[in-house]
Amino acid sequence: MTYKNPVTTPRKSATFDDYTLSEIRRAAATGIYDIRGGGAKRKVPHFDDLLFLGASMSRYPLEGYREKCETAVTLGTRFAKKPIELKIPITIAGMSFGSLSGPAKEALGRGASAAGTSTTTGDGGMTEEERGHSTQLVYQYLPSRYGMNPRDLKRADAIEIVIGQGAKPGGGGMLLGQKISDRVAEMRNLPMGIDQRSACRHPDWTGPDDLEIKIQEIREITDWEKPIFIKVGGARPYYDVALAVKAGADVIVLDGMQGGTAATQEVFIEHVGQPTLACIRPAAKALQDMGMHRKVQLIVSGGIRNGADVAKALALGADAVSIGTAALVAIGDNDPKWEAEYNELGTTTGAYDDWHEGRDPAGITTQDADLMKRVDPIAAGRRLANYLKVMTLEAQTIARACGKNHVHNLEPEDLCALNIEAAAMAGVPLAGTNWVPGQGGF
Amino acid sequence: MPVFDLATIELRALNQALHALDKSGPAEDFEVTNPRGSHAVAVGIDAPVNVTIDGSVGYYCAGMNEQATITVKGNAGPGVAENMMSGKVVIKGDASQYAGATAHGGLLVIEGNASSRCGISMKGVDIVVKGNIGHMSAFMAQSGNLVVLGDAGDALGDSLYEARLFVRGTVKSLGADCEKKEMRPEHIELLTKLLADAGITDVKPEEFTRYGSARTLYNFNVDNFDAY
Repeated sequence: MTYKNPVTTPRKSATFDDYTLSEIRRAAATGIYDIRGGGAKRKVPHFDDLLFLGASMSRYPLEGYREKCETAVTLGTRFAKKPIELKIPITIAGMSFGSLSGPAKEALGRGASAAGTSTTTGDGGMTEEERGHSTQLVYQYLPSRYGMNPRDLKRADAIEIVIGQGAKPGGGGMLLGQKISDRVAEMRNLPMGIDQRSACRHPDWTGPDDLEIKIQEIREITDWEKPIFIKVGGARPYYDVALAVKAGADVIVLDGMQGGTAATQEVFIEHVGQPTLACIRPAAKALQDMGMHRKVQLIVSGGIRNGADVAKALALGADAVSIGTAALVAIGDNDPKWEAEYNELGTTTGAYDDWHEGRDPAGITTQDADLMKRVDPIAAGRRLANYLKVMTLEAQTIARACGKNHVHNLEPEDLCALNIEAAAMAGVPLAGTNWVPGQGGF
Repeated sequence: MPVFDLATIELRALNQALHALDKSGPAEDFEVTNPRGSHAVAVGIDAPVNVTIDGSVGYYCAGMNEQATITVKGNAGPGVAENMMSGKVVIKGDASQYAGATAHGGLLVIEGNASSRCGISMKGVDIVVKGNIGHMSAFMAQSGNLVVLGDAGDALGDSLYEARLFVRGTVKSLGADCEKKEMRPEHIELLTKLLADAGITDVKPEEFTRYGSARTLYNFNVDNFDAY
């Protein structure tokens, strides 16, 4: 009698899944780590794990569209003679000319300006497109100092000293040779076609005591007019924020691991830094412990997608949020209309992240003269303005439902969490309980 | 000539007065006394002014200088002439770390020694050091010229781009991708000019050795694994 073994359903490993196997094969074939743009793609506890409670018996809501719910935010009230006044609590994050095309930068400036908010330069200096089309422009002061010069420093509306970013706390930038056009090379004082590894730490200071002196120098150069931001990745938010306050920041930008980058190692993006949700409460607590909450403004970024995310970030203690990836999507990144071309690049709409290769079908993360023509800066700017206004309306809707006449009046007490992880990270009760993990109760 | 005594006048008043000068001149002379190691002295100037500082300064003296000629009759703390665009800065004594960091243009002369990371990420400036320089000098230096009459410390020119390094004395060690280069006639000519600009007349350009980038790390290659 022969033994017949029934065939079972083929079973793939959860540990060695298809993506993991493809990455092993890719590494073996090329000898280089995977480089990509964007932020963490893995699922981490996020704003979706929080819910607002809304008004009920114990508090009353505001009438939608009738009773005012303010959204304005002032950044830089601590030391700067000329703080930035924004109409909405959503800013555009730093993204470089070089990683982005000129028309894309112009679109960001146009959109932000139309919505009454600021945009930010990146690792590559200030271009005329973005200065000309941004009513409020934050000039990043980065470790590489590519394109850094006093004239642009003086014509900026604020200065953001970049210590790190959420996608890669502790890492520098990476702009591969194929994106180094004549114009990019000239702005960065580097030869064409070489890989540019932007430095990971500043060349002329180390540590918060030095930074305090560096900030003094920048304030002296700009006659104490400009707000000074300090941007940190989501590493040790309580202490990073406390040290930034000590160093003299007017504003702190805190970027969680879902925050995007133009390009860095996949292993860096997915394995270094904390989720945005986990960073906000420790940061706000540091400000509160120092008596500086609302005096030094906190801007949170990393995975902000809609007005609910904005409202939740503000409720947890932020003064404003910043968007990068979402802004790029609004101006056309990963648009399904380019699906055939994404397929040719071995990817699909929504997954395209090889921004460093400079072949972006949407014309945004490229320096290719033909591709970048696909971005109409006026139309794309309008799309971004629309999106920013929708996010603001959504945040107002939630704030009114919670009975708040300013989005800044949202508070942790307006929230509950859907799971234990989010409850612990956000410091709010698990839904249906009064249990805040780590803070007693049950 | 305006004299600012930092023992009695706030630093802010000095820098504000320097910023108020007309960019197109005429050249004026400023004197700063009792700097007492103050930070950010004479920063962000954009005018053809001559500033003489009688004593030692702290961090970032002459930061982001444009056009001005700034002379420190003493020592300078970290980051002197950082991100300078043009003009001339002369340190009569020694300079601390990061002298001339990221500077785009102009001339920085250090008559004493310079500490570590002199000329880090320099982007076009000319730096002349009469004494020695410390370790990791010209790290990631992009362009410009670093001239050292004395010796250089460890890891000179690590991860160098297109800056040119000229050292008259010994080099303790070269950094990754930095190598000795041939002194061609154009380099002798360049060095002759740089020495003259720095007021050095008793040293011949032929006494220097040139160092520059081997350019092997300009594009990633896994076969350079040991260098990463």
